[in-house]
Amino acid sequence: MTGSLTLIWPVVTAAFLASLVEAVEALTIVLAVATVRGWRPAGLGSLAGLAVLALIVVVLGPLLGHVPLRLLQFVIGVLLLLFGMRWLRKAILRSAGVIPLHDETLTFATETAELREQARRNEARLDWLATLTTFKAVLLEGLEVVFIVIALSAGHGMLLPASAGALAACLLVAGVGFIVHRPLARVPENTLKFAVGVMLSAFGVFWAGEGLGVAWPGEDLAIVAFAVMFLAVSGAAVVLARRPRAEVLS
Amino acid sequence: MTTLANMLRELAGLFVDDGALALAIIAIVALAGIVAMLIPDVPLAAGAILLFGCLGVLLSNVARAGQR
Repeated sequence: MTGSLTLIWPVVTAAFLASLVEAVEALTIVLAVATVRGWRPAGLGSLAGLAVLALIVVVLGPLLGHVPLRLLQFVIGVLLLLFGMRWLRKAILRSAGVIPLHDETLTFATETAELREQARRNEARLDWLATLTTFKAVLLEGLEVVFIVIALSAGHGMLLPASAGALAACLLVAGVGFIVHRPLARVPENTLKFAVGVMLSAFGVFWAGEGLGVAWPGEDLAIVAFAVMFLAVSGAAVVLARRPRAEVLS
Repeated sequence: MTTLANMLRELAGLFVDDGALALAIIAIVALAGIVAMLIPDVPLAAGAILLFGCLGVLLSNVARAGQR
């Protein structure tokens, strides 16, 4: 039980921060569609995306209970390593100035311009396209949230804390987005991705190791040690990859 | 159909962005798995390969990307 209590805060924090990033990205697309075509197609697409997500969770959730624990931990661990280290690599390269930072305002402008261009070409199909755009954004970003929640809770009964963290982030972003009606460009997305990448990679090593039968010293506390090591190596990687601002690819 | 293909591509992109990094991670996991099978009495050996392998892969991948 002590082990589980040790895990609660890292799990809640990782689920909250990761979901915050995903929700901000989905909100930008939904707002772009709402700006160009109004709230009807934007809301319809979002609701359809949420409905499919709920269906996936309801259908797949109980099935996971039938997978042997060791196999589940191994598969989830490997997926977390692929997912977390991908985020971490991108965050390191952005911090080092190798690739440009993600810009929600730019994404919003690109998306609205694209929708306006589509409107010019084919007005009749536009509502359908707008609905599909929000559906796709909510579904894809939502799938990342669902994966993170399932992965973080794998085999340790952490589904409720992880879900609570994710839900709090989604509600927070939806609430703020509803009030300000603008993309949340001030969210320090790269810092969040850096932190989440570190945490997911640490969880990935832990789960994959447990799946292989490794009894980590310190049990769940090993995750904290792994996170510190990933953080230190990532910090070194930023310094190693850093290049002058003028060289940053546009 | 194109939309579905795009969505599947984006779905795969959640896990694989840089092919070299993904392949290196899979190789480290496979190596750790082989060591866990060959030396079951020392499970920490597999754990060490997994942890330090992933850290090394990350560092070398980012360093290479920085030089490009």
